[in-house]
Amino acid sequence: MMWTALDTWIVVAAVLAGATCAMIGSFLVLKKVSMMGDAISHAVLPGIAVAFIITGSRSGPAMLIGAAVVGVLTAVLVHVIHHYSRLEEGASMGVVFTVLFAIGLILIERAAHHVDIHPEHVLFGAVELVPLHLISVFGFGVPRGVILLAFVLLINLSVVTLLFKELRLATFDPELATTLGINATMIHYLLMVLVAMTTVAAFEVVGSILVIAMLIVPGATAWLLTRRLLPFLIVSVAVSVVAAVLGHIAAITVPPLFGYVDTSTAGSMATVLGILFFGALLFAPEQGVVARAIDALRLRLSIGSQDALGLLARAAENTESQTGSLSAAELRGVHRSPFAGHRLKLAAILAFLRVKGSVVFRGGRYHTTERGSEQGREILRSHRLWEQFFFDDGKVRISELHPAADVLEHYTNNDLREDLSERFAGKRTDPQGRPIPGED
Amino acid sequence: MNNAISSSRNTMHESASSGRSVSPESVALHVRDLTVAYYRKPVLWDVDLDVPPSVVAGIVGPNGAGKSTLIKAILDLVPHASGSVEIFGKPYRRQRRLVGYVPQRESVDWEYPITALELVAMGLYRKIGWFRPVSSPYRKQALSALTDVGMADFAHRQISRLSGGQQQRIFLARALVQDADVYFMDEPFAGVDASTEKAIIGILQRLRAAGKTVFVVHHDLETVREYFDYLIMLNMRIVAAGPVAEVFNSENLKRTYGGRLTLLDRAVDAMGRTPG
Repeated sequence: MMWTALDTWIVVAAVLAGATCAMIGSFLVLKKVSMMGDAISHAVLPGIAVAFIITGSRSGPAMLIGAAVVGVLTAVLVHVIHHYSRLEEGASMGVVFTVLFAIGLILIERAAHHVDIHPEHVLFGAVELVPLHLISVFGFGVPRGVILLAFVLLINLSVVTLLFKELRLATFDPELATTLGINATMIHYLLMVLVAMTTVAAFEVVGSILVIAMLIVPGATAWLLTRRLLPFLIVSVAVSVVAAVLGHIAAITVPPLFGYVDTSTAGSMATVLGILFFGALLFAPEQGVVARAIDALRLRLSIGSQDALGLLARAAENTESQTGSLSAAELRGVHRSPFAGHRLKLAAILAFLRVKGSVVFRGGRYHTTERGSEQGREILRSHRLWEQFFFDDGKVRISELHPAADVLEHYTNNDLREDLSERFAGKRTDPQGRPIPGED
Repeated sequence: MNNAISSSRNTMHESASSGRSVSPESVALHVRDLTVAYYRKPVLWDVDLDVPPSVVAGIVGPNGAGKSTLIKAILDLVPHASGSVEIFGKPYRRQRRLVGYVPQRESVDWEYPITALELVAMGLYRKIGWFRPVSSPYRKQALSALTDVGMADFAHRQISRLSGGQQQRIFLARALVQDADVYFMDEPFAGVDASTEKAIIGILQRLRAAGKTVFVVHHDLETVREYFDYLIMLNMRIVAAGPVAEVFNSENLKRTYGGRLTLLDRAVDAMGRTPG
C-alpha cells in the first residue's frame, strides 16, 4: 500500500469536512433538531443546482449563497407547514426536504448537459476526485474543495467562538433567550444557514447522504461522553477527525486484505463513526452499558454478601457465640432467607465472601471470621434500627417492619447508622425485643 | 417572621388600592384588551390588568385557563391577536431589561451539558452583552446567587444530577441575577420539596421588600392567602384581580372554577369549531 500526495489531500479534505460538520451538527443534537440536518442536507440540492445553472460553473461562493438561501427557505417552510397543517414537525420536514430534493435532482439532470456535475457525486460524494481540481495558493496547488471546506470551517469556528454563550442559551432555553433580547428564532435561522453551507462544502467529500452521519454522529457520541458544553464540542470534533483519518486508512488497507480493491473513503469514514459511537455507548464511564452492568453486578454482590453475613450474625446470636456458623443448606433454609431457591447465587456469594476473608469454609459449614462477624453485626444493627424507626413512625405494621428494614439496611452507611442510633438514644432492643448490636 | 409578613402585607394592600388612581408610570403592569388565539380559538379573551408595584401577585385558575399563556403573551413569546402591554408606563419591548422570567421547569432539557453555575450565569447574558464570554466577575455574581438559594455546593454539578427542588432553585437564582423590577414565574412551586417551597417564599418576600413586583402562576388555592398579597383570578378572561383580601372569596372562586359553561364560552367554543 503506497501513501501518496493524493491520500494526504483526501485525508485533509475528510478531516476538514468532518470537523466542520461535527462543530455545527453538535448544536443540532443539543437543540434536539437532528432531523433538521437530514432535511437541510437534502433540501440544499436545488440551491446548488440553481447556482450551477446561473454561474455555469462549480463556483464555491455561488454554491454557498445558494445553500444559505435554501437553508432558510427549508426552515421557514417546515415551520409554516407545521403551523398551518398542525402536522408534527417530523412530517412537515419529510414533506419539505423530499420535495426540494426531488426538484434539485431534476434540475441537476438538466444542468448536467452543460455543467460538469453528476447526481451520483452529489449523493455519495467523490472525495477521490478532490485532489484533481487544484487552485494555486501562494504558488502551491491546493484542491478547490479543500479551500471551500477550510473557508466554511473558519466561518463556523468564528460563529461558535463569538456566539458561544448566545448559542448555548438559545439552544437550551429559547424563551428566556428571547426575553433577554437574544432572538432565539434568529439564532435558529443562523444555525440553519450554517448547516446548509456546511453540507454543501462537505458534499464533495461525503455526499448528501453520509453528510448526515457527519453532522449527527460526532455530537451523539459526545453526548454520551461529556457533561459540559466546551468538552462536548471538542470531543465531537475530535471524534470526527479520528473517523476521517482512520476511515481513509481503513478504506485503502482493509479491502485489499480480503483481496478486494479500495473502498470509498466516505463510506468507510461513516462506518468508523458508527463504531466509535457504539464504543461510547458500551464503554462510556458511568453512563455506558458496561459501566452500568458492572454497577448493577456490584450492587447485587454487595446486597447478597450483606444478606449472608446478616443470616450468619443471627445464627451467632441464637447460639450466643462470637462467630456464626451455617451450612449452605441452612443459609437457604432459615426463615425468610433471601437465598431460598437460589443455590447458584448463594454459592457465588459465599465464594466472594471467602475471597474477601469474611467467611471460612470448614467441616461442611461456613464460619464468619472476626471481620465477617463485625460486618454481620453492622447489618443487623442497621436492620433493627430501621425497624425501630418505622415502629416509632407508627405507620408500618409489625409484620411489615422486616421487609422494609431488609431493603434499607443495604443502603445504610456509618453516618446514617449513627444518626439513626442517636435518634433512639438509650434504646437497646428493636420493636420485637431483640438486642440492637452496638447499643448495649 | 410571621408578624413581619403580615405587616408588610397590610402596607401592600394600601399601596395596592391607592395604586389605581395615580399616573401610569406607577403601574408595574398595564395590560389592555389582550387577546390570544390558537387556530381561531381564543385562549385569552380581552384581558385588562393594572397591577401596582411591590406586590407578589398570584395568578390562579383551572387547567387550560390560560395562566402560562398570559405570562407568555405579556413577554411577547406568543403572538397576540390584539392588545397592548406596558411595564411602568412604557411598551414591553422598550422595557425588556426591567423584566425577569422563570419558565416552567419542564420547558427545558435538563440533560443539556451545562452546570448549575453556567445556567445561573445565563441570567446575566444581557448585562454581559453580545459576543463577550462570561468572565470571572460574572461567574462570581452567579455563584453568590447560588449561595442565596442554598445551592453553592452544587455550582459545578451537571444540571440533570439535581433534584426537582434544586433545579427550581437554580432557575430562581438565574432570575435573581437578572436584577429585574418585574418578575414572571411560571409555577415555581410545582413539584418541589417542603424546604425549597420555604426557600422560594423567602425569596418572594425579599423581592417584595426590595420593591420588586412578582407574578406567580400558582395551583394551590390553600396557600393563596399566605403567599400573595395580590391575586389575578383567570379563566380565559380575568374573573377578578385585586388585593387578595378583596377578591379571594367564594363567589369569585365559583366564577373562576365553576364547571358550567357560560353563554360566552359556548360562543367561543363554536368559533373554534368553525372551519377557517
